[in-house]
Amino acid sequence: MKLVVAIVRTEKLSDVLMELFKAEVRGLTISSVQGHGGELEHVETYRGTTVKMALSEKVRIEVGVSNHFVEPTVHAIMRGGRTGSVGDGKIFVVPVEKVYRIRNGEEDQEAVTPVRSVAAAR
Amino acid sequence: MNGADTSFILVCTALVLLMTPALAFFYGGLVRPKNALNTMMMSFTALGFVGVAWALLGYSLAFGGEAGLLGTLAYAGLRGVGLEAQGTIPHVLFMAFQGTFAIITAALISGAVVERMRFSAYLAFLTLWTLAVYSPVAHWVWGGGWIAAMGALDFAGGTVVHINAAVAAAVAAIVIGPRRDYARLAQLPHNVPFTLLGAGLLWFGWFGFNAGSALGANASAALAFTTTLLAPAATLVVWTLIDLVRNQKATAVGVATAIVVGLVAVTPAAGFIGPAAALALGGLAAVPSYFALLWRARTRLDDSLDVVAAHGIGGLVGALVTGVLASRTWNGTVDGLLFGNPAQLGIQVVAVLAVIGYSAVVSFVLLKLVALFVPLRAEAVDEGVGLDVSQHGEEAYTTGHGAILISPDASASALSAAALSVEGGRA
Repeated sequence: MKLVVAIVRTEKLSDVLMELFKAEVRGLTISSVQGHGGELEHVETYRGTTVKMALSEKVRIEVGVSNHFVEPTVHAIMRGGRTGSVGDGKIFVVPVEKVYRIRNGEEDQEAVTPVRSVAAAR
Repeated sequence: MNGADTSFILVCTALVLLMTPALAFFYGGLVRPKNALNTMMMSFTALGFVGVAWALLGYSLAFGGEAGLLGTLAYAGLRGVGLEAQGTIPHVLFMAFQGTFAIITAALISGAVVERMRFSAYLAFLTLWTLAVYSPVAHWVWGGGWIAAMGALDFAGGTVVHINAAVAAAVAAIVIGPRRDYARLAQLPHNVPFTLLGAGLLWFGWFGFNAGSALGANASAALAFTTTLLAPAATLVVWTLIDLVRNQKATAVGVATAIVVGLVAVTPAAGFIGPAAALALGGLAAVPSYFALLWRARTRLDDSLDVVAAHGIGGLVGALVTGVLASRTWNGTVDGLLFGNPAQLGIQVVAVLAVIGYSAVVSFVLLKLVALFVPLRAEAVDEGVGLDVSQHGEEAYTTGHGAILISPDASASALSAAALSVEGGRA
């Protein structure tokens, strides 16, 4: 299994999610983060105070996937997140030692395989 | 000159001025956080740009003479606008009171162009629109122009303010085009409490708007005040009931919208109809605006904050129903259709159509004129980042993380020279 960690533009999040859902990637976590990645920082002024905003708002997406799902996941994120300008973000693919599904204790491959249908599981 | 009238209009002028910051909150809550300041600035800057344009030229074009089509330059630069009586109040006060109307009217248009219009183009359009559209129309209806001569009823500006601004808003939304994310991504209100605050303050200010339009502390003002209380109350009830019947949920954005729709609808009627008629008018006005909102969202018309549905449709209902429910028993001068004077409804229709036609054509020309000098839209990348940072260099909501202080004399300081100034695109 792998953990795909992507840092994307906040304004591209909806596009990325749409692409991920199209690629049938279901389980994911997102968080708001701030970072710096080589893009030109912008300047803001409040009364007499001028500041350079060195950190930009980004969204961090984490997806735990089985090995054969890494490629589709990564490509979906790139399709949805790309504008072509500096600041589009990065994708990191990280090895995962162990996965447990809390609900029923499933491990590894089963644990990252999405439940086929919520209705069927009931 | 009358002391009671003067003191009343002094207070009303302040109340109407408050409506523009209120509108900033109403609109500001409805946009996304990255455009919150830009949207609120569209209202706040009207206080200055329209205020100055009004004093220098607008007032004279609207109230400088009794010709049919336009005022004169007699009061340009407020020359000759002194402490003498205009009616029963000082002339300068009359000018100031009318100025607050010009400001809020121009600011209303911004609701149709938020989240994408270039700010410099907005300021230019706002100022030109006040002079070329608002002032002439105000002259026609209130300054002794041809619509006044025809006998049209518009107590506080249903036609001059609301239909006028809504038509300009529709034209601007069409000329500028929809937001890039329109009908593609959900664009949700980022602060509904702001919108409720704005609606509440608008209602408060609207007492000055409608009751003050009696231009005196008298029975007509009392009637306008009462109808301004009752009509939005009825709109709120009907709107909420439609919400409950359709979705089993009474929505807060719906209540805020209903208040505005009710206020808009009662504006032309305020001092002409009785209290019971105001309840009927307010309740009736909820229906077309409610469904206009639903319909508009399914079209390509990105009138983002629904200026047309609230102010256009609401203003239309108000202007026409004024011609039906006006009652001599209450206003002492003229009856509407219901009280045996069907001709009044015809006059109302002509006034509305004239303002729609004039506002549409001249607003279109002004937008094209501004576009010759500066693009009307912000750059696509700026629209993505948000107009707060790109147009104003400020953010509504910032943690301050990663903010590096730039001291005026230390452009070469250790911090600003940190390895952060890498070349690249915009953040």
